[in-house]
Amino acid sequence: MSRIGKRLSELKASGGKAFIPFIVAGDPDLETTVRLVPELERAGSDVVELGIPFSDPVADGPTIQRAGARALRHHYGFSDYLQAVRQIRNESQVPLLLFSYYNPIFQYGLESLAAEAQSAGVDGILVTDITPEEADPYRACLAAHDLDSIFLVAPTSSDRRIAKIAACSTGLVYVVSRTGVTGAQQELSAEVQPTVERVRHHTQLPVVVGFGISRPEQVRAVWAISDGAVVGSAIVAEMEKLATPGEIPAHVGGFCRYLLS
Amino acid sequence: MPSNTMTGPDESGHFGPFGGRFVPETLMGPLQELEEAYKSAVKDPEFNAQLDALLKNYAGRPTPLTRADRLAAHIGKGRIYLKREDLTHTGAHKINNAIGQILLARRMGKTRIIAETGAGQHGVATATVAALFGMECVIYMGTEDMRRQALNVFRMRLLGAEVRGVDAGSCTLKDAINEAMRDWVTNVSSTHYLLGSVLGAHPYPCLVRDFQKVIGREARAQVMQAEGRLPDLLIACVGGGSNAIGLFYEFLNEPNIRMIGVEGGGRGMSLGDHAARFSGGRKGILQGTLSYVLQDEHGQIAGTHSISAGLDYPAVGPEHSLLHDSGRVRYTSIQDDLALDAFQTLSRKEGIIPALESAHAIAELIRIAPELDNDSIVIVNLSGRGDKDVNQIAELLQNRS
Repeated sequence: MSRIGKRLSELKASGGKAFIPFIVAGDPDLETTVRLVPELERAGSDVVELGIPFSDPVADGPTIQRAGARALRHHYGFSDYLQAVRQIRNESQVPLLLFSYYNPIFQYGLESLAAEAQSAGVDGILVTDITPEEADPYRACLAAHDLDSIFLVAPTSSDRRIAKIAACSTGLVYVVSRTGVTGAQQELSAEVQPTVERVRHHTQLPVVVGFGISRPEQVRAVWAISDGAVVGSAIVAEMEKLATPGEIPAHVGGFCRYLLS
Repeated sequence: MPSNTMTGPDESGHFGPFGGRFVPETLMGPLQELEEAYKSAVKDPEFNAQLDALLKNYAGRPTPLTRADRLAAHIGKGRIYLKREDLTHTGAHKINNAIGQILLARRMGKTRIIAETGAGQHGVATATVAALFGMECVIYMGTEDMRRQALNVFRMRLLGAEVRGVDAGSCTLKDAINEAMRDWVTNVSSTHYLLGSVLGAHPYPCLVRDFQKVIGREARAQVMQAEGRLPDLLIACVGGGSNAIGLFYEFLNEPNIRMIGVEGGGRGMSLGDHAARFSGGRKGILQGTLSYVLQDEHGQIAGTHSISAGLDYPAVGPEHSLLHDSGRVRYTSIQDDLALDAFQTLSRKEGIIPALESAHAIAELIRIAPELDNDSIVIVNLSGRGDKDVNQIAELLQNRS
């Protein structure tokens, strides 16, 4: 079992719930990312999602689009991101989930990416614009290198699709809380609970919920109906407010503690 | 789904290794719904009767096949025909697909229409059919394209559509598609995304092609009547590639007919200076489909440039990628200055002001004239009219002189 599955199973056994922050790798630079991830772990994160930026992020709202644009200015490639993961692993063993779009992965080469990601210390990959229908070669490469392949379930997913997605996922199933792009919302969508329940019918895997979660009470509400909450845009927005990258780890660590309060 | 055995797509929406469905999970349900609606619509005589009636009585089809003798004399070769999509209502082939898709949208019970537009022709066509069917309409357009195509922005607004400027990336067609996809993912239950070219996730490349096939079907009958035989060569410009596949499709099974697709060559062959996907691109995934894509070494999508907003896009329809790799269609590119020359040549020789996009196809005809025989029959798809471009051209010509 991967670090992701292990961590979530331990939580499940003890009645705990997962807190999963999302940051964009390289926002505003990779040095900051390397310093931030261990701080996220210290602040109570169970898994950290590292967004690998793409020039055309159709699933992302304005906040994460801006973060991606800040990272893209450096012209990092996948080897740079994996080097950052190696550096993070010197300090932290928090489960790491890469979150990206398919083209950068496809261009790097599925087999080399999976092999190098595993040896760098990545635990799983989620690609927002790939669904099980197109994922056979991708899943095979991830499986060959013991990486979790995680797929999204949306409120628009039929039960038939949910069954297929659950069967293709390892580590956890990620439920998108609402139809829409990433970004903080005032209210948690009413679609979340029925979607999580439909997923539970098809899998014993832990189910986490993301998109639109930005406040402590929303984290608690998601915990009440699922196994974990992902917070992305709200954290990225906190990072954006700061004048210098040096302030980011301490401030974001504090924000995570506030979300968990 | 009706399909040509040569190119597909197969059941999962693939044209050989190209095409498919690379979208966020939220859109998988709506895409399947669209596919089902389309499959049932094409078998429904009432749907086909409505489509035919609108194409005839509203869009003004069939469009003429005009013999262009003064252009032929100018290039010194061949019998040249222009398929006059510029004479449709709204002035470009885009209306064919817009009519087909709005009928589908109504069939699916959608009340809101969104679309992207580059040159503005698809936006105008969409705003037009949305007005005709009384539906709310939002058009996404890059701010650079809004500048280049100000007349079409005004037309869309006159037609009651809301035009939302997209100020991201290169502020052109690609960025408008991103924003339209984000809107669709948010409003899937009420909204139909009326995609304008043979791009995007399955079933769009297939259904847009099918709604554009009428171009080639008419052209075949018209050239048979005029000449008593099939043409030797077809030429069309290729942005996403809907006018080109619309003309070519009917003739793909005729091995003796050559076909040339013309991309926007921009101002040079460095990445970022052109939209010639088949010379500067490689396989990649963008906006729902796997095709030839202009991109950097890390798989980030490259900027593009073409004088023509309708060709200024980093990917090409997946069926064109298959036709390229199989060698069935030759793809070339024409740089901005030659397109501008051809724009003026056609205006002066035939009294027809072409869209800048279509001017690329005319320029290719002029360039390859030496390869033609005196009795070669050539059909060039005049995909749209140039009214929208005259302000931009006036500026460009002034700068040139």
